[in-house]
Amino acid sequence: MTAAIETAGLTKRYGRRVALSECTLSIPTGKVVGLVGPNGAGKTTLLHLAVGLLEPSAGSVKVLGHTPAEGPEQLGRVGFVAQNTPLYAAMSVTDHLRLGGWVNPTWDMALAEQRIQHLGLDPHQKAGTLSGGQRAQLALTLGIAKRPELLILDEPVASLDPLARREFLRALMAIAVEHGVSIVLSSHLVADLERVCDYLVVLVAPRVQVAGDIETLLAIHHRLSAPRRDGLRLPRDWEVIEKSDTERQSTLIVRHDEPIHDPAWTVEQLDLEDLVLAYMSRAAGSGAQTPTLVGAAR
Amino acid sequence: MIRLAWRQFRTEAMTGIGALVVVAVVLAVTGPHIVDVYRASPSQLTSTDHGLQIALMAALLVVPALVGIFFGAPLIARELESGTFRLIFTQGVTRARWLLVKLALVGLASSVLAGGLSLMVAWWANPINIENANRFSLALFGMFGIVPFGYALFAFALGASTGLLSRRTLPAMATTLVGYVAARLAVTFWVRPHFAAPLTNSFALTANSQFGFQGSPSGLQVVVQNPSIPNAWVLSTAVADRAGHAPTTAFLSKACPGVVGGAQRASVGKGAVGKGAFLGQMQQCFTAIAAKFHGVVTYQPASRYWSFQSYETALFVALALVLAGLSVWWVRKQLT
Repeated sequence: MTAAIETAGLTKRYGRRVALSECTLSIPTGKVVGLVGPNGAGKTTLLHLAVGLLEPSAGSVKVLGHTPAEGPEQLGRVGFVAQNTPLYAAMSVTDHLRLGGWVNPTWDMALAEQRIQHLGLDPHQKAGTLSGGQRAQLALTLGIAKRPELLILDEPVASLDPLARREFLRALMAIAVEHGVSIVLSSHLVADLERVCDYLVVLVAPRVQVAGDIETLLAIHHRLSAPRRDGLRLPRDWEVIEKSDTERQSTLIVRHDEPIHDPAWTVEQLDLEDLVLAYMSRAAGSGAQTPTLVGAAR
Repeated sequence: MIRLAWRQFRTEAMTGIGALVVVAVVLAVTGPHIVDVYRASPSQLTSTDHGLQIALMAALLVVPALVGIFFGAPLIARELESGTFRLIFTQGVTRARWLLVKLALVGLASSVLAGGLSLMVAWWANPINIENANRFSLALFGMFGIVPFGYALFAFALGASTGLLSRRTLPAMATTLVGYVAARLAVTFWVRPHFAAPLTNSFALTANSQFGFQGSPSGLQVVVQNPSIPNAWVLSTAVADRAGHAPTTAFLSKACPGVVGGAQRASVGKGAVGKGAFLGQMQQCFTAIAAKFHGVVTYQPASRYWSFQSYETALFVALALVLAGLSVWWVRKQLT
């Protein structure tokens, strides 16, 4: 099966600065994928590479099996909602829907109009006067009414208030279910993604830290705690993501594909936020540390 | 895509068409009246008539620059500034097609607007110009004929491409103005004279020739008034002997002892001298020069007007196409 996004050694440099380094990923289709990482982690760079707004400095990226933006057909298969949801401020909501029809051969006007009506947007209102939530919804409408196979959204909820945020994510989930479209969205907040995603990519500049099905990720990461003692020896096949010691106690976050039944340790289930934070702090603690743990789901 | 390009250009297009219609009405109303007055007695033209004439000439001069600044510069820069290029580059049209359609539509409109204005004013001014003005002259060559179409197309392409490179509308507007003026000046003074080798005519200096002296770094020069060659573009006029040499300073100070000393202060015309004695000396001096020297004029004859118009238009259209091609390449390969 063709991957939604497949990258190999994907690297993007801006002058000397490396925004994305050696990114190798295979994101399957049919998922709602969360791309999480702190601000400046290279999320936008990765997504722009995937929609053809940027060209790689090295490595390759294939989206639905093709080079991004290689032609009108490929452009039609991938919907994109850019950060801050750029729209033509002087054009009305209706104008934007017309625009969508003018530049997309596969445009579904009925779907677009129905969404606008459902959202209660005034079709004659200028995009420049819409609220942040309404702008995001209009941008999402543009993204989905072209009937893409893959919809990519860059920080779609970052500037929204909590209510608009919830409504937007709810709409996104409905779209994923109704249209069977693969979705990739980025955020710097795990909480946003937890609700809607079933696949996660953690990116900390400039590398991918971990990627995989959320269910699998949660199953293979464990929080272990035990009274602190010296000369601690751990099984070789445990990969320690994070280790923190207090005076009395050691806490580990460990990646291990099998359940852990070691009587020496108290084993707890991790939640997604802890898992992401563990990878982020590992990356922050050792910028040069190698890889990219990839493809837990493969 | 053409509908999107039109939707985005609609307001500017309407403004341009509106302005053109206003000018057309003014010209249609005033045209016949001015011609009548002019035929009867040019001195009866009022200051309003003259003002209108000057305003129209000024408009012809600046309109190509204006379309470059207001149609060209924002065309891409505005999309880059507002981030909407990320919206449009991820829709179902390729970047190249998006740009080509925009360039073609707005470029054509720019050209038609500036060229149309020129044709209208040409119709209005024609009765006057035929009798009164030389359309081949430096002042008028760029205002009439077909060159305004080429100028506007070039200014537009310059605006669009600088907007693309600078990514900001205002700096692009300023650069467009400077670049357009520079290109026009460069072509007018350095390129246009070489479209064809100029013709040279010799003419005898007569008692009626107005002449004077002019100081220059290489010494004193005799200057004579251009001979009248109808509707030709006179490039230069000089005084030379049979061997082609200009009068030397030594010759002049010998032939015109009383004149040359004062001449270096300013160019002296025949009518500008009050004192009888000085006038006599001038006359003597002039007779001495006329006996040995003749006038030489180099010029482009009136018959070359349309070929020069064609060359210059082709040059600016070619420059516009080069800029458009570079812009398309940049948008496809470099723009992120």
